[in-house]
Amino acid sequence: MSSQALISVNNLVRYYGDYCAVDNISFELAAGDILGFLGPNGAGKSTTMQILSGNLAPTEGEIHINGIDLLDKPGAAKTALGYLPEIPPLYKEMSVDEYLRYCAVLRRIKKAAIKDAMALAKQRCGLAGVGKRLIGNLSKGFQQRVGIAQAILHSPQVIILDEPTVGLDPIQIREIRELITELGKSHGIILSTHILPEVASVCNRVQIINEGRLVYASDMKGLLEQQTTGKYEISLARPPSVDEIRATDFIDHVEQLDANQFIVNISNTADELARVAVNNDWGLCKLVAHEHSLEQIFVNLTLGDGENL
Amino acid sequence: MIISIALRELRSMFLSPLAWTVLAVIQLILAWSFFTQIDFFFNIQSQLATLPNAPGVTDLVVMPTFEVASIILLMVTPLLTMRLISEERRNGSIALLLSSPISMTEIVLGKFTGIVLFMLIFITMISLMPLSLLMGTELDLGKLAAGMFALMLLLSAFSAAGLYLSSLTSNPVVAAISSFGLLLLLWIINSNTGDASNTLDQLSLLGHFAPMLRGLIDTADIAYFILFIATFLLLTIRQLDSQRLQG
Repeated sequence: MSSQALISVNNLVRYYGDYCAVDNISFELAAGDILGFLGPNGAGKSTTMQILSGNLAPTEGEIHINGIDLLDKPGAAKTALGYLPEIPPLYKEMSVDEYLRYCAVLRRIKKAAIKDAMALAKQRCGLAGVGKRLIGNLSKGFQQRVGIAQAILHSPQVIILDEPTVGLDPIQIREIRELITELGKSHGIILSTHILPEVASVCNRVQIINEGRLVYASDMKGLLEQQTTGKYEISLARPPSVDEIRATDFIDHVEQLDANQFIVNISNTADELARVAVNNDWGLCKLVAHEHSLEQIFVNLTLGDGENL
Repeated sequence: MIISIALRELRSMFLSPLAWTVLAVIQLILAWSFFTQIDFFFNIQSQLATLPNAPGVTDLVVMPTFEVASIILLMVTPLLTMRLISEERRNGSIALLLSSPISMTEIVLGKFTGIVLFMLIFITMISLMPLSLLMGTELDLGKLAAGMFALMLLLSAFSAAGLYLSSLTSNPVVAAISSFGLLLLLWIINSNTGDASNTLDQLSLLGHFAPMLRGLIDTADIAYFILFIATFLLLTIRQLDSQRLQG
């Protein structure tokens, strides 16, 4: 365990009665990391996040936030923590400003700094125009933004976001992703989501959890390297026969979708495949990864163990 | 921190129609009861004048009003306390409190202080009625103060019990019904025994409230209420802590 780690989790175990929701998970998060937390429903993502945020106590294991033990000194550890649960923790009868001011007090922001903190959080989350409106009257997307504003209000070193882009429209999703990327430069962020491209676009590390166990952990760079081989979809203007394509030594498998489209499995890099297509004058007009490699990994790891809970 | 939570709690009570309705309905009923007591006092005033050491207006008008208030609040407090914790758990907003750098004790004390502030507003409002008598007559202000103090302790005890039962369930209605049942049981628990040293008598809320209302402030009674409140607040803190463990 390095002292720089913002979060270090050691052998975390959590039981609900006899059911083991989180089974011996360990990981670390450094400043500047945006960690994507993936897993099928019921895999233990939310439970892990609830434990990290102090909402649930772990059955076993240790959690250090910013070097402070969350279980021994919860008060001190939680000052470095911002948390957006799956359901944003909002008081619907309050206005956005009232709510954020209350959060600021709860997070022990100094009185003099509250106004600036609120203005910054509102500006970052695009809430500048709705400060006086009641939270209950806002749309789901705006409520979600208020939830995010609450989590970043006190600029905590660690931000835990449980499915932050649920219920947002595509433009808002893009804004929130930009916000997360920006926050990730100075903070450590844990992000759980079902949306795989989201992880690919904002995270620099990824972890997949299934049935309570951590089954995959890698940084995105490693993932991109793996992406150089695999399954590709190609469109050819002057397609040769399937056998002709298969004759290329690094193409293992060819599946014809229609007259011009093929799915090929290759054991070499994509640019090698393009070179072959161009050299043979097949009229290559499209070459895309058939499945996102992250999705492939995800499906392989989580479906392999039986049913998708 | 405790004060902030308490003030938010108080605000949100007044942002919903619940608090206004409760205050209005109780005030109306108590005003009627107060009025009938005054009427009764006028009718028997001439007879009282012949009695040596006769009970005054404070005994015959003010204290019965407070007694009615205590019984109405026995039924109404569960409605006020039911949503304190159960609603936060149901709509997930408790996550905000739990992920903030505040202790469970601060959360519970904050919520309790919020409801006690509401009770203070209520007691002030109903005390205005007897105080209005000062325009025409003299009151035993000491007795009045004892009555207000007794009501404050009693309502705080109701609130603490209601808060605990609200922490046990995420369904506000279940919390309300069980709080009402518990309070009623503790209220009437002494009704069939005559012996004052009886354990059940010692447990009764009414047994400790009634003497104070007569102007008799006994440390034993005060201690009873303080212990009662502390017990339920501690149970609430423990309950919230164990919910973190059990999920």
